Amino acid sequence: MSNIILQVEDLQTSFFTRAGEFKAVGGVSFHVSEGETFGLVGESACGKTVTGLSLLRLLPEPAGKIIGGKIILNGRDILKLSKKEMRQVRGKEISMILQDPMTSLNPVYQVGDQIAEAVRLQQHIPDDKVEDEVISALRLLRIPAPEQRIHDYPFQMSGGMRQRVVGSVAMSCRPRLLIADEPTTALDATIQAQYLALFRDIQQQTNVGIIFITHDFGVVASICHRVAVMYAGKILETASTSTIFKRPKHPYTHALINSVPHLDRKDERLYSIEGQPPSLLNLPPGCRFAPRCPEVMDVCHQQQPPEKEIEEGHTVSCWKFS
Amino acid sequence: MASIVKKKPEKQYRVVSRLGRIIRNLGMIIPVIVFVVLILTAIFAEVLAPYPYDETSLPERRIPPAWVEGGSAKHFLGTDTLGRDILSRAIYGARVSLSVSLLAIAITAAIGTALGIYAGYAGGRLDGFIMRVVDVALSFPPLLLAILLAVSLGPGFFTVIFALSVLGWAGYARIIRGEALRVRTSDFVAQAQINGVAGWRIMVRHIFPNILNILIVGVTLSIGTMILAESAMSYLGIGIPPPMPSWGSMVADGRNDLDRAWWISTFPGILIGVVVMSGNFLGDWLRDKLDPRLRQL
Repeated sequence: MSNIILQVEDLQTSFFTRAGEFKAVGGVSFHVSEGETFGLVGESACGKTVTGLSLLRLLPEPAGKIIGGKIILNGRDILKLSKKEMRQVRGKEISMILQDPMTSLNPVYQVGDQIAEAVRLQQHIPDDKVEDEVISALRLLRIPAPEQRIHDYPFQMSGGMRQRVVGSVAMSCRPRLLIADEPTTALDATIQAQYLALFRDIQQQTNVGIIFITHDFGVVASICHRVAVMYAGKILETASTSTIFKRPKHPYTHALINSVPHLDRKDERLYSIEGQPPSLLNLPPGCRFAPRCPEVMDVCHQQQPPEKEIEEGHTVSCWKFS
Repeated sequence: MASIVKKKPEKQYRVVSRLGRIIRNLGMIIPVIVFVVLILTAIFAEVLAPYPYDETSLPERRIPPAWVEGGSAKHFLGTDTLGRDILSRAIYGARVSLSVSLLAIAITAAIGTALGIYAGYAGGRLDGFIMRVVDVALSFPPLLLAILLAVSLGPGFFTVIFALSVLGWAGYARIIRGEALRVRTSDFVAQAQINGVAGWRIMVRHIFPNILNILIVGVTLSIGTMILAESAMSYLGIGIPPPMPSWGSMVADGRNDLDRAWWISTFPGILIGVVVMSGNFLGDWLRDKLDPRLRQL
């Protein structure tokens, strides 16, 4: 895992509405290397998906705006690209898999045509080669009998199969970076395990860097190399997956891992964190987790904690360690 | 349980269901027959009409239809005040009424769909602007504008089409925009954007096919409206200039003779009614078929 393909520095994204400015992403920094799976974990509405969409510059217009930071992909800041240049980055260099396979495919086209659309757009190859490319994209996702499947309509396929087709669309142009936004949430447990195994395989074949957005620590453990824990638009802790599970430092990470249900602990109530995440409309001046933190100190309410590297590759934003 | 199922004679069940299917689809079958006959009539008017539409014959004025006392087999639906054969004029009138309304529908549907998709997909200020123009267009009395245009441009084939189109696109634009807004938020549009597909391509390839069912229903339902609007203009004398017959102007021709020659206005009036109703029935049938929420079984 040598080459860094994506470097995000202090990315800030806001939604401007009549009620005011929602700071959905309040300055996050991370990097993803070639062949690495980087997990972005957090509860609902903590800014995971908005971070993903910001990387593609596909925020819902006109409300959503990136107001600061840098996104350096393969050595250039994509926030400085024109709209047209950005379109060429999408699909070719970064791609994304959305959450729901049922609605990610256009119901009126055969699946082969939908993959071909992406192929034609990004790779300038003669028309008679397009079909080969489409079939090889389906084969990459291990779809059986792709020669016949390209003529199927989405409604003729099962959910798991459709999610694989969505994966083929995303991988058809062999992007360097793939953002997967909870791609397994809509799948049942057995299909989910298969799908994750498939991801690992594809990564080995193509060396693609993956940002895996999820709220499921089980998924994190099985696929991610490194993890960032997000809360209310900020990354609180970043570390390798094993470190996060063995030595979580931030009280929020602790609490999150504690709330994962365990099969071996019976007759116990599930652990849960008291309270609600802060409103993104008016955030507390100090640490965003302070109102719910069991180890809160005075300073937590007054100032935001700085990010500190407490061991190699393990950074925490918490006053406990500063 | 199994025995009950077996008792049902399969053959009879089939016959009933086939008949049932025909009855349930009469709302489609009858209007389709009406339109096919009408279009063929319009195309082959020269062959079908027993007389030219403008052949007057003063001795043969106001001859009643063939089955009424005093009627003659020479003029099946009778003649008008100038002695012109009503059947022949109705046949040529189909050509005028159909061509005017179909052309107007094509123009309004094309403009309305393009603007509606654009407004719905692009959003923002242009959307607001287009929709305010739609509001203005829909609040303007169409007949008043038609009269103004006919007076300023002079009556004629293209004036009528222009007058019908100037406001007609607005209804389409509003409906199509609503649908485009719905489709635009679907994940497959997001996926296309992720793949780097350009905006215009998304509108043409991904949004348009998904609103097509609404458009088809809208077009069918507006056949009736357009025929009626064209007839109303012709009735008021601002439509296709005489002697070219249109059903509306034929109704107008007979309005002074309703007491002694009812047939002059009645037959074109019935035709207008049948066509408008056919359009509406067909539109309703299509809406039920194409809208998955209304589809049963």
